[in-house]
Amino acid sequence: MIWKEQVECVDPSDLKNLQSDYLRKLIAYIYNNCPVYKEKIDDAGLRPEDIKSIDDIKKLPFTTKVDMRDNYPYGLFSADQDKVREIHVSSGTTGNPTLVGYTKDDMKLWSEVMARTLCCAGAEPGDTIQNAYGYGLFTGGLGFHYGAMEMGLRIIPTSAGQTARQLKIMQEFKPRIIVCTPSYALYMAEEAREMGIDTSKGNWKIGIFGAEPWSDSIRREIEELWNMLATDVYGLSEIIGPGVAQECTYKDGLHIFSDVFYPEIIDPETGEEVAEGQDGELVITTLTKQAIPLIRYRTRDVVSINHEKCRCGRTSPRISKIKGRTDDMIVVRGINVFPSQIEHVLVGIEGTQPYYQIVVDRKAHKLDEVEVLVEVEEKIFSDEIKELKELENKIRKEIGSVLSIGVKVTLVEPKTIERSMGKSKRIIDKRTL
Amino acid sequence: MKITQISVFLENRKGRLFDVCSLLGDNNINIRALTIAETESFGVLRIVVDKSDVAVKLLKDSGFVANLTHVVAVEVGDKPGGLAAVLKVFADNDVNIEYMYGFVEKFSDKALLVFRFADTDLAQQILAKNDIKVVTEKEIEGL
Repeated sequence: MIWKEQVECVDPSDLKNLQSDYLRKLIAYIYNNCPVYKEKIDDAGLRPEDIKSIDDIKKLPFTTKVDMRDNYPYGLFSADQDKVREIHVSSGTTGNPTLVGYTKDDMKLWSEVMARTLCCAGAEPGDTIQNAYGYGLFTGGLGFHYGAMEMGLRIIPTSAGQTARQLKIMQEFKPRIIVCTPSYALYMAEEAREMGIDTSKGNWKIGIFGAEPWSDSIRREIEELWNMLATDVYGLSEIIGPGVAQECTYKDGLHIFSDVFYPEIIDPETGEEVAEGQDGELVITTLTKQAIPLIRYRTRDVVSINHEKCRCGRTSPRISKIKGRTDDMIVVRGINVFPSQIEHVLVGIEGTQPYYQIVVDRKAHKLDEVEVLVEVEEKIFSDEIKELKELENKIRKEIGSVLSIGVKVTLVEPKTIERSMGKSKRIIDKRTL
Repeated sequence: MKITQISVFLENRKGRLFDVCSLLGDNNINIRALTIAETESFGVLRIVVDKSDVAVKLLKDSGFVANLTHVVAVEVGDKPGGLAAVLKVFADNDVNIEYMYGFVEKFSDKALLVFRFADTDLAQQILAKNDIKVVTEKEIEGL
């Protein structure tokens, strides 16, 4: 079923009118309520009245992660904090975390786009869903929860982890829909096999996997292991969380809910829009959000877009799976990791060099493993093994607490990490995504 | 009498021990005693050589992380109970041993052991008081 047919299948010209109307209201709203955006708009030499239609969006300045960091915590908010009903915080790249907030209407919007997401993947009211995305500050768990509530599913809120228990619950309550990160789906299948459970025989039919990039070969693998339809969901907390775009059952691109999240695909160097079908950076404007609406937010995700009507009946444009990043961010177990976060920790630990390398690997369908190689300088070298182990532990704990994921730290000899003239090779990603 | 030990950081990588040993060998430096302390990801090679100053410079120039540590080389009777007799002296006098290892070759009819003490000065006093022979740096060079 299609949750909100009147917008998901709308005629393109009507859609444009709707988007133009939303954009005009949005610009007036943030101009009057968010001093940071007022200044940005003034600096661009614009008046709110200059924005007449959605095509004028190109005149507006971009918003970046740096803007969010520099204006932490509330600078980019357009709503007062007493109107905010929920906040989510993610770890920061170099100190400040990223804070997002939702008003009551934003919560309604999130529930609605998540209901659209679930329907898009083939969910039917009355289905049982096992939600193995992490509940908490990560938007994945609660986003799916609200959407499932909205469309009337029976929710099993297992959250992530405790795999043996997940599998038992799955057998007992027979969910038709399973949602989690793709790497966790692979991991669960592996654990199930060790427990003697055949994951290809179950009541489940649909999986919605996201929060990390994954390829079609991983999709085939998951579909085979679980005997289900594996679909991709896209989202980011800055925009709303999950619920920005979702594959339909034809699995031919992710339908972006463009009536509320207006997409542009740009050349990251020039900022100019690229031709339909060309790869570029996805930029999103939240047309109707209240608490922290963002104008032309640079997602850094590289995708292409297709505006053709889909076989499923939806007219909403489809973005490709994420093809890369325009920065050096990697996603590990659903968590965004920037090398600068690790560098920041190392600089703070006396004696360690800023020479490091991050090796990400996924061994035999187990979860992603992160190893941080750190060069041992003479200053910190000790004849005592215990002192070296203490140093390793200290680095491991501090990186772990900044990234919110466990890492392995390995001390290596100096000058063994490759130096290059330009950008050094900070990340070795051995995973097959 | 303290002697000098060189400690070298070794990454857990094929051929690293060989690299150290061949570097020393090519430069005519003789290893007298050696031990490796290892963890799952790295190791520390501890060696006593005949020309420690030359050796440590050589190692650093070749990109190894190395430093010098003071240890004590103690003569122990090469017979059953020989080591136990020396260890009893340490135990009775609260001398804490961080680690120890044996020499590659013999200096006399006695066995030679390298000790790293928590408190090297205290250990030396106790050894002297108990007439336990320690080997000097000069004697190591002449081995």
